[in-house]
Amino acid sequence: MAKNSLGREIPAQWRGRTLDPYVDPWNKKPEVLRATRPLVRRSPGDSKLLPSLRAALDKCELRNGMNISTHHHLRNGDLLLNLLVKELDAMGLRDMGIASSSVHAVHAEIIPYIRKGVITRIETGVNGLIGEMVSKGELKCDIIVRSHGGRARSLVTGEVEVDAAFIAAPCCDITGNMNGVHGPSACGSLGYAYTDARYAKKVIAVTDNLVRYPAAPISISQSDVDYVVQIESLGDPRKIVSTTTRITRDPAGLLIAKYAAEVIEASGLLKDGFSFQTGAGGTSLAVADNIRRKMTEGHIKGSFGCGGITGYFVDMLEQGYFETLFDVQCFDLKAVDSIRRNAGHREISADLYASPFNRGSVVNMLDCVILGATEVDVNFNVNVNTESSGYLLHNTGGHCDTAAGAKLAIVVAPSIRGRLPIVRDAVTTVTTPGETVDVIVTERGICLAEKHADLRRELIRRNLPVKDIHQFHEEITQITGTPRPVEFEDDIVALIEYRDGSIIDVVRRVRE
Amino acid sequence: MHIRRKASSGTMQSSDLMVTVEPSDLLQIEIESTVKKQFEHLIRAQITATLEHLGVTTGRIQISDRGALDYAIAARIETAIRRASEE
Repeated sequence: MAKNSLGREIPAQWRGRTLDPYVDPWNKKPEVLRATRPLVRRSPGDSKLLPSLRAALDKCELRNGMNISTHHHLRNGDLLLNLLVKELDAMGLRDMGIASSSVHAVHAEIIPYIRKGVITRIETGVNGLIGEMVSKGELKCDIIVRSHGGRARSLVTGEVEVDAAFIAAPCCDITGNMNGVHGPSACGSLGYAYTDARYAKKVIAVTDNLVRYPAAPISISQSDVDYVVQIESLGDPRKIVSTTTRITRDPAGLLIAKYAAEVIEASGLLKDGFSFQTGAGGTSLAVADNIRRKMTEGHIKGSFGCGGITGYFVDMLEQGYFETLFDVQCFDLKAVDSIRRNAGHREISADLYASPFNRGSVVNMLDCVILGATEVDVNFNVNVNTESSGYLLHNTGGHCDTAAGAKLAIVVAPSIRGRLPIVRDAVTTVTTPGETVDVIVTERGICLAEKHADLRRELIRRNLPVKDIHQFHEEITQITGTPRPVEFEDDIVALIEYRDGSIIDVVRRVRE
Repeated sequence: MHIRRKASSGTMQSSDLMVTVEPSDLLQIEIESTVKKQFEHLIRAQITATLEHLGVTTGRIQISDRGALDYAIAARIETAIRRASEE
């Protein structure tokens, strides 16, 4: 057991894998070639169409211990992963890994198959019940949490081999050309699935909307697809994307947003060519709303908006605030509609979006990103993976990728959430290293990383409530009382991989 | 004050709590909380202090807490007990 540079205890090995402890955000370099797969030849008249998922699984020659993947653009409306796991069980396969781009609450249906030993690994982190049960020791399943960029990296380097990728295709033809913008299960961008289409040993397009050749536009093309399967439904459209994402009405959230926008303005980044990313949370959208007003007042024309895209960013594109939206995932129906018809709304792969190991990803061009947090600590490390209860409940998403890429990474959060102070001596789990986090904005105060002395002076000049993070920690802990630390057992249930593949933290079983 | 009948106060919203009190020969305090692991000791201390302040020595006090701060705990308990002790 050695400590990484953040003082987290990392074992030398876990489940047979030698672990590389995290050192810093920048210096780990790729030392491998791109992963590869056999070429195949398809002749005119060869059919890719198979009658069922089972028929496709049979063609993949899966054996015990292999990995399958899906993408998570259908989010909590996804039916495909559950169907696949049931088939794996029916085929008698065991010790299989799920290397999907994310796992959601809807996939709690696979819990019986984890108990049965059909699934023993999840290579991408989890949202919801599976993580909680694993944290409590009620379920045995090895979990590796990867960011969006980190997952793309792990496929491109071959660290994670996907033996069969099943790509839910809302619009698809018989050769496998597909897009996400048409059909009853339209989800917009297919950004996360691009990497699977390129690197999986076998690629199966699964559609509930088989159209006459050629499907257009083409997001993922026939040259990467082995088989096509038509099924009745890919998912529940009402849950695929939430219908609307809304600006918060909570006064504390609005105050946080106002402060965050002032920080961005004071930083000097808010000028022509400004690039920006926020999540879909109500406070994040309120920051965007404040930024829009400042852009109007200053006649500022931005360059691009990025990330999971919401209707709010669509409005900013259509009203000329940004020239381009880079979209790896649509968060609402307005974004789905926009990517279908706006030329400036571009679908991008997770690799292009956020991978640390390519010739430059979009996050490197971001001026500012607005991020959330479950906890932060006095060293600016951020936790979004575990709750303060110690349970692994959330995936990383693009958190650590955008924090590393953006010039200004701002965490917005209420100072107290259900009695828990936002600032801790040490976070329960490190998702994103403090070296890549610049500002923490709460309704009671703004804390800046030491390197931002100029920005600190400018904020003070503007009469904003700048506070030293140690003093701020004391201030809010006096209100909440000091929380008793959660106790953990020694056994490790999950790894938190940093985007470059080093281990930034581990999740241990909670002592109940 | 003396708890004469069952009464309650509060809500189940985040950062609030629901307090139910009823007569009992003993003093019984039951705590359920979203942050029980981290804060049970402080919640119990605040309840005990508030009961002492109000001179309550017997009764069954049930707390369903959603992460309320100490002042909210004190106020909700006092309200529930005033309601329970009305003639």
